[in-house]
Amino acid sequence: MTPVKKHVTTKINGESVEFLCEPRQSLLEVLRDDLALTGCKEGCNNGNCGACTVVLNGRPVNSCLVLAVEAADASIETVEGIAEQGHLDPVQQCFLEGAALQCGICTPGFIVAAKALLDKNPDPTEAEIRFSLAGNLCRCTGYDKIIRAVQAAAQARLAAQQSS
Amino acid sequence: MIEFEYAAPTDLDEAIGLFAQAGDRATLLAGGTDIIVQLREGLRRADLVIDVKKIPELSQFEYAPETGLRLGASVPCWQIYENESIAAAYPALADAVRIIGGWQIQSRASVGGNLCNASPAADSIPALIALGAVAHLAGPGGRRAVPVAEFCTGPGKNVLQSGELLVALTLPPAHAGSGSAYQRFIPRNEMDIAVVGAGSWVQLDESRQRIAAARIALAAVGPTPRQAVQAAEFLCGKEPTEENLHEAGELAKQVATPISDMRGPAEYRTHLVGVLTRRTLAAAVERAGTFQP
Ligand code: FES
Ligand code: FES
Repeated sequence: MTPVKKHVTTKINGESVEFLCEPRQSLLEVLRDDLALTGCKEGCNNGNCGACTVVLNGRPVNSCLVLAVEAADASIETVEGIAEQGHLDPVQQCFLEGAALQCGICTPGFIVAAKALLDKNPDPTEAEIRFSLAGNLCRCTGYDKIIRAVQAAAQARLAAQQSS
Repeated sequence: MIEFEYAAPTDLDEAIGLFAQAGDRATLLAGGTDIIVQLREGLRRADLVIDVKKIPELSQFEYAPETGLRLGASVPCWQIYENESIAAAYPALADAVRIIGGWQIQSRASVGGNLCNASPAADSIPALIALGAVAHLAGPGGRRAVPVAEFCTGPGKNVLQSGELLVALTLPPAHAGSGSAYQRFIPRNEMDIAVVGAGSWVQLDESRQRIAAARIALAAVGPTPRQAVQAAEFLCGKEPTEENLHEAGELAKQVATPISDMRGPAEYRTHLVGVLTRRTLAAAVERAGTFQP
């Protein structure tokens, strides 16, 4: 017997979204397969790699470890919502300029987590960046470029704030 | 992942009713960081998943210096370390929840879930035991309270009866001159499972020169978390000198019966018990010197 599908209303990147899902489906599955938000990636599907990171009610989570039904009446931000009106966020810009990616599978997860960090702590130390991104794994780039990109993004954000 | 139904009751009695009716066919969901993986990988079967995060008794916490902490079973890790009063009163618990998984895991994983999962290596359990925490359970047979020190009965096993759930944990008030710490050894910097973990709590006397009471608990040294009772008793009435803390570490080794596995040989783990007991005691004493509720 297939369980009855659940009707879920939630907010994704500021817009109200409705979908039907089976209780067993993860938020990652629904975002990618049903809502065509393929920015979040499936690396491990068990909470170890962070490639599937989205922000759920203000906190970064592994979307592979959230049931889609749990997202009812929540607010979700994915990597697709980070650039504003066609302008890359400083985190995205700095990853690009600092070549902080190779294959790019881990990148959306890093960008979502790094932006969540800077929103909370605008001027983190290197140790704080490394600690906060410990749940994101990269198999290609090596972490130094990623850390430097996040440091550069923090500086760019602070500079933009001062000049505005 | 196998098929299951999902329910998210908003009332504790409703949840108990559902859980009792479904019996072993149901499993509870809090942060999901263990359960969803277990369901997906076929390590656990369930026809019904009961999400307990909408039940106020489980999802809320209250702290007052006079009465202590009441921590709902589904409260996620970050709510503890981001609350300055709670982190200052119960630093061992804050130490532990800061290193359970990464940031994403801490957004969801709960201390109650970490306890119910009953892993011998769980980080929060030695901290809870050292802090004298009590688990409050509810089921079809009514309510009961069990000290966390007696909650785990084997790897992945605990005292919960069929249909019974963990509602909350309570921690006694933290008095001036008390302090605690949790540390683990892992070969990496983050995101790993303890080779050994140790949680220590001390209460200094009025003079702040001597230890009036202590509790020490260890992880990954046996099938369940272990309390080092003799080591703690040894410290009572003594000054926290290097020799005394070292001696407590040596006594703590006596309760460790670790296995040898890929994380480390038994002999190495026993050595770590001595080191981590001494270090967490020293950290607890230092914190105790300045703590005011
Ligand atoms: S895919 Fe979710 S953490 Fe790896
Ligand atoms: S760029 Fe390939 S995994 Fe990070």
